[in-house]
Amino acid sequence: MQNPYLPYAVRIEDIITETEDKNLKTFKLAFENPADEEKFVYAAGQFAELSVTGKGEIPIGIASSPTEKGFVMFTVNKVGLVSSHLHTMQPGDLMGIRGPLGNSYPWELLEGRNVVIIGGGFAFTTLRASIVYMLDLANRSRFGEIHVIYGARSPGMLLYRDELAAWEARDDIHMHITVDATDDPDWKYNVGFVPTITEKKAPQADAETYAIICGPPIMIKFTQPVLDNLGYGHDHIIMSLENRMKCGIGMCGRCNIGRHFVCKDGPVFTLAQLNGIPKEY
Amino acid sequence: MRAYTEKIREIARRLLEACTVERVLGFRRGSVPMMNEPCFVKTPAEAANLIWDSNCGINLANYLTSRSEKIAIFAKGCDSRNIVTHIIENKIRREQLVIIGVPCHGMIDRHRIAAETDGEIREVVEDENNIIVQGDGFKKVHNRHDVLQANCAVCTHRNPVIYDELVADLVEEPGDVDRYQDVREIEALSAEGKWDFFDDLLHDCIRCYACRNACPLCYCPTCFVDESRPQWVGKSQDPVDVRTFHFLRAYHCAGRCTDCGACERACPVGINMRVFTKKLEKDCLEKFGWEAGLSLEARPPLDAYRPDDPDDFIR
Amino acid sequence: MKVIYIEKAQWASGLEKAGDSFRLWGPVRRGPFYAFDKLASGQVPALDFRNTRLSAKGLVYPQSEKMFEYTLDPGQPDHDLLKEAQKDYSPRAVLGIRPCDADAFELVARNFDTPEYQDPYWLRAREAVTLVGLACAAPCSTCFCTSAGSGPFSTKGLDILLVDSGGNFLAQVVTPKGEAFAQAAGWRQTADDTAAAEIETHRQAAEARITAHVPTDRLKQQDTLELHAAPFWDDVAFACINCGTCTYLCPTCWCFDIQDETHGRQGVRLRNWDSCMFPLFTLHGSGHNPRGQKVQRVRQRFMNKLKYYVDKYENGIQCVGCGRCVRHCPVNIDIRKVCELMNSYTLAGDSCAVVS
Repeated sequence: MQNPYLPYAVRIEDIITETEDKNLKTFKLAFENPADEEKFVYAAGQFAELSVTGKGEIPIGIASSPTEKGFVMFTVNKVGLVSSHLHTMQPGDLMGIRGPLGNSYPWELLEGRNVVIIGGGFAFTTLRASIVYMLDLANRSRFGEIHVIYGARSPGMLLYRDELAAWEARDDIHMHITVDATDDPDWKYNVGFVPTITEKKAPQADAETYAIICGPPIMIKFTQPVLDNLGYGHDHIIMSLENRMKCGIGMCGRCNIGRHFVCKDGPVFTLAQLNGIPKEY
Repeated sequence: MRAYTEKIREIARRLLEACTVERVLGFRRGSVPMMNEPCFVKTPAEAANLIWDSNCGINLANYLTSRSEKIAIFAKGCDSRNIVTHIIENKIRREQLVIIGVPCHGMIDRHRIAAETDGEIREVVEDENNIIVQGDGFKKVHNRHDVLQANCAVCTHRNPVIYDELVADLVEEPGDVDRYQDVREIEALSAEGKWDFFDDLLHDCIRCYACRNACPLCYCPTCFVDESRPQWVGKSQDPVDVRTFHFLRAYHCAGRCTDCGACERACPVGINMRVFTKKLEKDCLEKFGWEAGLSLEARPPLDAYRPDDPDDFIR
Repeated sequence: MKVIYIEKAQWASGLEKAGDSFRLWGPVRRGPFYAFDKLASGQVPALDFRNTRLSAKGLVYPQSEKMFEYTLDPGQPDHDLLKEAQKDYSPRAVLGIRPCDADAFELVARNFDTPEYQDPYWLRAREAVTLVGLACAAPCSTCFCTSAGSGPFSTKGLDILLVDSGGNFLAQVVTPKGEAFAQAAGWRQTADDTAAAEIETHRQAAEARITAHVPTDRLKQQDTLELHAAPFWDDVAFACINCGTCTYLCPTCWCFDIQDETHGRQGVRLRNWDSCMFPLFTLHGSGHNPRGQKVQRVRQRFMNKLKYYVDKYENGIQCVGCGRCVRHCPVNIDIRKVCELMNSYTLAGDSCAVVS
């Protein structure tokens, strides 16, 4: 019987400090055992449990796209026991990952459709995975128009800044990067909260257009009415939830919302699904 | 005690009809023998559900912390001393409370009665002197003094120390009570004897924290056992961690515990953890002349400093 | 179902024989209550009990269980790698388990054995255990097993069900594992044709003694959000002190926590029972807590047991009616009352003042 609690051994290849407050770092992990990489078949939207021996595990969205080979990438916020220790680790250190876990964004459903990605703060990780996936040469033609609205408090708090700039320069994706405020005279992009920019830049809803939204509760609270006004049906709004997790495989019982486990039946749910379950998230 | 019930209902009804308080904190009849359920009564009609008998050992002061309403609470001697401590510790304001003092005749020990009864207990009734335990094909009459909760048997503060009105006349406080015989017996053991005693005492602990949660003193937003940075205590049944929890919790209650017995009452596996708090209570009395919860003016010993405080327990 | 006749005089000697190939567990008296413990050679289980204080779930699913071991010593070649902890899965028999506790394993298995994931610790331990149950001739006033899909003579989850028949046991052999145990104990005498009828008579007598009947018929059809928003939760939850008594004593509660504990440079990743009653259970790293209030946690427990589980597995409630939570809740919160409230709740006419 395979032990679903046993992590794959991975080594930290590279660590990039993403944000100016240094609280977010991106970890590039390589499998010690190439056969494990072959088993780790994932889709954008899924997460993994990062295991730090002696400290514990944390559920983190996979920031890399399955089209990126040779490594798996996670962007981790320094917030608790395990993440704080992770932030002190160095390239070359050993750790573990379990996964891929959870459901992904509904790629079959999104086939041939327009996708509007709305992200805030450091919830952008699985959205990066999604963008890289869609923009990949092998995949781009499978999707229609792609809009991305992504905001953070300030320029220094945006993730993946180089990639954002590169995407901005492309003509097969509409980027709407924004910050809440900045005093940088060279800031080229938008200034305004994500809900405000969404209102201005997001396309009107239609049957072929889906919105994927991922961000802090306050952002979602104010963005949802905007999407309602633009006509997005709740079954066309896709969200990714967070919850406290331990096992990640629907056994320890703690991440349930109603009869659903966020780790196993989620973390991706449509708003229509969420409307039917208790608001305990 | 039957007369208490009528009086309690009358007082509750009166306070709610006049809107003197928003809520009344008391007990309603339980669904199993020897248990009553704490309840919040909101309307005069609901006041008819309140009861009082020898199964009211739960400390209602446990439900007061950080509440914002105006509340009437029925308080025994020990409960009232916890209310004093709550007020000193700013967990509730005196103005929020209408304290209905209940001079107490002692609560019965349901664990003990169950342990001494062979068949399943179906009903327990009481009169002034007796507790009558009935089951399938048996009936046993106990003198109530023989089946009191251990803390009630050595209680020296039966009357409430703070109240706005009383349910009945004050009762006579017992004179010569040796509260610490059990503590002295343990103190007299050798170091190895104490280890064995405590290991045996704590052997069955399942870390349910019923003792902690039943205690009015334990209101920390995050208990020390739940801290993770750093993690002070493991969460398994490792005896070291079990001991740490019990010992340290007792120390956090030192100088504050009123020996209400709620902890022992709550424990589902019958651990008599009061030995720890009683030891510290004895130390506070002997070293600082202190008894918890008797005065709104005095601060507890671990809260205050006098130059002549003994320090022989710290080396 | 085959029924074996065991003279009580053969009981102890049979166990002795079975002890050659099975490690034996059974109820033993521990102070004021009974607990499952390993039986020493020649020790017979104390079957004169109503039920154990803690359920049998800890036999298959220990309160603290080592999952992995590790070393953090950088000098070791396998440092930082998790190694599965070695376990003893040699055959075990649990004697005298009550039918409710045995049925509980069936309910819990739905959580640990899913199409996508299987918990090797729980499943291997379960597989290694043979359950020899003891039918309840005298259910308690707090027993409501028959309302929960079980019963004093239920064979669900059991390998053998013993029925006390005075000077002998009538042993219903439910599964091949039960057959194997009976063989190992040398109990081979088949009971005669009257056995089945006798068992049935005892069963009816036992079930007639059950006084707690809890309605569950409308739970499935209730609307989850309506039930969740019902006005009675504040009153139900008020007395609760959010300890773990109900969850830890309950045979059908299974939530756990995973922690790493390191001493020096060696450590273990272990799992411990956890409880939805504790605030820490759902606390996010950010400080956000979806169930930060007591009423939310209390509601969650009852909704999970009596509604979410019902909807998810379509096989009844997540409860076997053993009554432990009812007897031992420090503040007398009674699941039978809560189930009644949930079952009978209607949005239109709620007069849900809880009057005792």
